[in-house]
Amino acid sequence: MSEKIDITLTVNGERRELAADSRMTLVDFLRDELKLTGTHIGCEHGVCGACTILVNGEAVRSCLMLAPQADGTSIVTVEGLGPAAGELGPLQRAFRKHHALQCGFCTPGILTTAHALLTQEPDADADRIRDVLSGNICRCTGYLPILQAILEARDSYRERSHATGSP
Amino acid sequence: MKLPDLGYIRPKTVKEAIDILVAHDGEAKLIAGGQSLMPMLAFRLLAPRILVDVSRLPGLNRIDITPDGVRLGALTTWRDIERHAGLKTAHPLLAAAIAHVAHYQIRNRGTVGGSLAHCDPASEFPALVTTCDAAVVVCGPGGERIVKAADFILGAMTTSLEPDEMITEIRFPAWPASRRWGFEEFSRRRGDFAMAAAAVFYDLDASGRMVDPHIGIIGEADRAIRLTAVEEFLAGRTIDRQTIATARTMGAQAAETSDDIHTPAQYRKALIGTMIERALAAAAGINLAAAAA
Repeated sequence: MSEKIDITLTVNGERRELAADSRMTLVDFLRDELKLTGTHIGCEHGVCGACTILVNGEAVRSCLMLAPQADGTSIVTVEGLGPAAGELGPLQRAFRKHHALQCGFCTPGILTTAHALLTQEPDADADRIRDVLSGNICRCTGYLPILQAILEARDSYRERSHATGSP
Repeated sequence: MKLPDLGYIRPKTVKEAIDILVAHDGEAKLIAGGQSLMPMLAFRLLAPRILVDVSRLPGLNRIDITPDGVRLGALTTWRDIERHAGLKTAHPLLAAAIAHVAHYQIRNRGTVGGSLAHCDPASEFPALVTTCDAAVVVCGPGGERIVKAADFILGAMTTSLEPDEMITEIRFPAWPASRRWGFEEFSRRRGDFAMAAAAVFYDLDASGRMVDPHIGIIGEADRAIRLTAVEEFLAGRTIDRQTIATARTMGAQAAETSDDIHTPAQYRKALIGTMIERALAAAAGINLAAAAA
């Protein structure tokens, strides 16, 4: 039977302590309990990639995790990609410049996926980016502007990785 | 869909996890990465009373390369395998096949133990376990038992794992450095389930004849299988274009396929033959595209 389970996690740099229902997926927890509605729910069974977030630095599908499984983790959602509230990060700026979204439904999942990729692999080439994007379904753009935007934003991630000496 | 009504518990040891499974008498289900189980729950194909989260059990995500072969802890993820430099030489077939598993986000969470317990007939990992004669280490209330691949995988999404047992490790037999191998897969989109695949390997004797060839295929509805007729044909032969062409024809004939929503049975048979042909050619270093000499 479902029950409330106390969990502690860090979301976009902020520590949160809350009770999560045992049957609740992590994406529902983020949206309904933490009111972070930037993460979208598409297929709700791990096929579309719209709900992608970062858990301990790795891109994962938040519809395929239970909220209690996130206990003790550090999470980044699309709301955490900008340097400050209301400001855009390098990927978001490049997406705007290249018109890399139309309806925008898939965009939070693609931004978080690309953020994880470029943070881990700042030298990812177009083939690698295409390979990774195969896990995110976009029905508007045809992907080309998305690819162009990610390639442009890659420079910022490379500078960052050179500055910190770590990918 | 939202998940069915269920509880959640996170034991700290394998023993504790088994005790919980025993106490719930078939109503509890283990969850690790959840990449197969969560969709099953979302579709309400399963409705356990409680999920037992084993994803943080210590020591179960080890990759050990030993003289006896490669040992994968059940919690090893696809990403762990992808990032492990030593596996590319210690078991190149495993490393190559795992590159085909699912998408980026799923690869970060999905585990080898979970994939094997789920046992989808189109999945790469159960096919590798079958092709390589791997052994499955299983823990239950009576202790540990080691199950041969052929006794573990019984059919589509069916294994000999008891409801109160847990996979803890998968052991692949030693892989000689000189072994020849190939893995080929066809899916409509990158990261999707295979429509057909072939995993092949063999050793060569002093005169260049194939010794103990293994030919495993994905494409039958029930499970990945080894094509023993093709293996018997290949054993003791030298590998050339003609041998590969015959293996392709034999493999396509031997595979038992049926019409389904993805493809007619005949097309899938042809595809299986082509995968065998390409995998054998890759193993032998033969370029199929080049004009026959």
